[in-house]
Amino acid sequence: MPRITPTASPPSRYGTVAIAFHWLLALAIIVAFSVGFYMSELPFSPDRLKLYNYHKWAGVTILALSALRLLWRLAHRPPADLPMPAWQAKAAHLTHGLLYALFFAVPLAGWAYSSAAGFPIVWFGVLPLPDFVPQDKALAETLKELHGWLAYGLAALVLVHIAGALKHHLIDKDGLLLRMMPSRP
Amino acid sequence: MRTFVAIAVLAMAASSTVFAQPKPAQLVPAQSELSFTSKQMGVPVDGKFKRFDAQLAFDPKQPEAGQVAFSIDLASVTLGAPEVEAELAKAIWFDSKKTPQASFASTAIKATGPGKYEVAGKLTIKGQTREIVVPITLAQAGSATTATGGFVLKRLEFKIGDGEWADTSMVANDVQVKFKLSFTGLSPL
Repeated sequence: MPRITPTASPPSRYGTVAIAFHWLLALAIIVAFSVGFYMSELPFSPDRLKLYNYHKWAGVTILALSALRLLWRLAHRPPADLPMPAWQAKAAHLTHGLLYALFFAVPLAGWAYSSAAGFPIVWFGVLPLPDFVPQDKALAETLKELHGWLAYGLAALVLVHIAGALKHHLIDKDGLLLRMMPSRP
Repeated sequence: MRTFVAIAVLAMAASSTVFAQPKPAQLVPAQSELSFTSKQMGVPVDGKFKRFDAQLAFDPKQPEAGQVAFSIDLASVTLGAPEVEAELAKAIWFDSKKTPQASFASTAIKATGPGKYEVAGKLTIKGQTREIVVPITLAQAGSATTATGGFVLKRLEFKIGDGEWADTSMVANDVQVKFKLSFTGLSPL
């Protein structure tokens, strides 16, 4: 919850760094989700191997950027809620909280799945990442399911998030969406 | 019967005195392992062969007279995932229906240190034969002798991963092969 300091009022917009994190990660997550959805149906081929590795590299990058983003978010106040019914403000905060949780849960489950399946992740083909679960076929199957369902959950929340933002922009016309847009000079 | 015994005795005498051939040792498959590590886009992936056999006639005191032959059932490969194993049986990988066995036959063995040897020989996979040299360490405990060693196999020399898989930026050419073979019946070091 935002800390109330008597001297400073909350900003009216998100900061440049927060905006950059938001759109960069939005793009990365949409690409990683789409690649993940497509690659799992591919037959055994060099293309499949490539896409699996790109997907894993993207996932670890999303995880790392999300950690930086969370730290930034904790250190910088977001703009105050615009006037809206309390339940809507609550729903918005809950959605944001769950989105943040899944920014971590989805890649971590994918990483664990990869380790359990016996394919350790080597980030961008250069940096070997540790395995934090043992190699285990049954565990790999469970983690594969978990990774998939968490990813679908994240996709559903993204849709809720977009629907909420569009509702504010198109129906309430309260300028909420503009707070996350890069400012024009 | 008498003739047979006489021939057998003669044969044994001939083999032990004239050719000085060491008596064959027995592989203990349950105590033996043959594994490999290939790199896929920088990711080390471990595999194993479950079925293989070795014929070893070797006296540690006379390594030069020793001989080793090794055969591997290529269809017994495991690589973590069943769908990958089905792929490996295909012609561009091991082609294990057409060439079910890989083999190694030594041409020269020499001692390089206490319990250490270098085995040179011919490795044949998928009809391709290459000379390789494999360093081996022998260790004995009780009646068991364990031979450990490894070598780097260039997969493309044997057409393993041909065609669209020949790109070594996807699957590295170097495959690290490792083995631990347990024998009984070997003379003391």
